[in-house]
Amino acid sequence: MTNTIIMDDQLPTRPRVSVSAPSPSASAGTPQPIERPAPALHVGDLHAHYGDTHAVKGVTIDYAPNEVTAMIGPSGCGKSTVLRCLNRMHEEIAGAHVTGSVRLDETDIYGPEVDVVAVRRAIGMVFQKPNPFPTMSIYDNVAAGLKLNGVKGVDLDERVEQSLRGAGLWDEVSDRLRAPGIGLSGGQQQRLCIARTIAVQPDVILMDEPCSALDPIATLKVEELIAQLKTRFTIVIVTHNLQQAARVADSTAFFLLGELVEHASTDQMFTNPGDERTERYVTGRFG
Amino acid sequence: MTALTLASPRRRATDRLMRSLLAAGTLVALLPLGAIVGYLLSKGLGAWSWDFFTTDPTGNFLGDPGGIRSAIVGTVEMVALAAALSVPLGWGVALYLVEYGRQGRFAATVRYFVDVMTGVPSIVFGLFVYVTLVVSGLGGASFAGWKGSVALALLMLPVVTRSAEVVLRLVPDALREAALALGTPRWRVALKVVLPTALPGLVTGSLLAVARAAGETAPLLFTATIVNATSFSLADRTNSLPVQIYTDIGSPNDLLVQRAWGAALALVALILLTTLVARLFSRRSHLS
Repeated sequence: MTNTIIMDDQLPTRPRVSVSAPSPSASAGTPQPIERPAPALHVGDLHAHYGDTHAVKGVTIDYAPNEVTAMIGPSGCGKSTVLRCLNRMHEEIAGAHVTGSVRLDETDIYGPEVDVVAVRRAIGMVFQKPNPFPTMSIYDNVAAGLKLNGVKGVDLDERVEQSLRGAGLWDEVSDRLRAPGIGLSGGQQQRLCIARTIAVQPDVILMDEPCSALDPIATLKVEELIAQLKTRFTIVIVTHNLQQAARVADSTAFFLLGELVEHASTDQMFTNPGDERTERYVTGRFG
Repeated sequence: MTALTLASPRRRATDRLMRSLLAAGTLVALLPLGAIVGYLLSKGLGAWSWDFFTTDPTGNFLGDPGGIRSAIVGTVEMVALAAALSVPLGWGVALYLVEYGRQGRFAATVRYFVDVMTGVPSIVFGLFVYVTLVVSGLGGASFAGWKGSVALALLMLPVVTRSAEVVLRLVPDALREAALALGTPRWRVALKVVLPTALPGLVTGSLLAVARAAGETAPLLFTATIVNATSFSLADRTNSLPVQIYTDIGSPNDLLVQRAWGAALALVALILLTTLVARLFSRRSHLS
């Protein structure tokens, strides 16, 4: 795999080489062929703090390429913090700091030479609450990542259509691209945010409870979308919804009190977990 | 379930009492406002005529005193320059405080001094500009319109900064995070996401500062002073509505006093217009 972290303002262009696809687990729906090989993420001995609070205590975990990894656990277990450490959003909070390593393929994103802006272009993020830019149209929201970063030499019209199609939103909005983004329904807004994220063509997409503000039908659409997106991206998703983890994830990681308890294939986690605490959590007998 | 629907007579009486007390309080507060506007209208409207707005003061003590054209033009010019100076600076300071300074010690110090500046009497700004710019005769002339603008800008700066900071703080962090997560550098997030989102509120706050500055006499008294002729160059002495009113109202000539009332009404109308525009902008706000 090529090194995808870059130091300048260029967006990464990933060579379309074919690699052998890792076999997706049966629980994640119909296996789809990999369209674009994405890199893996390796986390080593990650500690994260908010001021004096030690929120993540030495987590080591690998996120497989072109797979969906779900992170589950009770509120306050540190799963969202781990996610925010994966594209260095954690450090935006006052008083927060991180130790340990997060490698995108071979490059440590916390390395001294690495530009945090380039990290976030390679590792995109979708938030819990849909947050389209209120001053921008649907079109401009999708193009925001490219426009804000002053990227030149990209056919914006083409990229916007491509991204909206990628987010399964094109057919619903193609006739009103100039309408404001906040005029869409909650579920459409969240898919707009996903389109905005993939427009930058990242390698990895992080999702922080992307469906917790959506109704069941909108949730289903986003879940179907996630299954398609993994043919092109490595996906890490935090969810409170165990059924959602079972539906979309190839592997699932269970966190408790800032530590990783267990990480295995989703099938195994939900049917035959290795740790008693995992079993109690997934069967709803926790605490 | 009558027990749920019947309020006790005592509770109803208390409710009525409190409602009437609050209504009475509101009326008392509105009374001076109504009185001022009513008095201004009755005294000032008589002075208004086409000539009143289209001629300069003649400066003659006897005979036709002339109108207030130079005062209106001067006020608009000086306040516009003051806004051009203070609004970019104030927004810049506010952006720094909200986007970079946050809760740091330096930001806290800046905030403190901005608050102190808000409380400085307007005549002090006038004195400061008099001592630094007028006495030194900077730019040739001693008294000049642009020096009045500087005094007004100093007066407006803390108001613009504080109001802008409040509005910028209302921009949800989720938008900043969304932009940052797209790989946008922080300065671009501030200029291209935070600023446009807050723009209607920023304009409203700044227009209110403009409205306040337009009515100030003290900063202009010994910086721009008073002249009769309309000055389209701020390098010369420049007339203004408040100073014109101040000079006229103390005059022993009824026609000049009459002109003062007319000018006062014109000033209030000008400020009201600015405030109305400010309200229009605040309706377009993207922030709740």
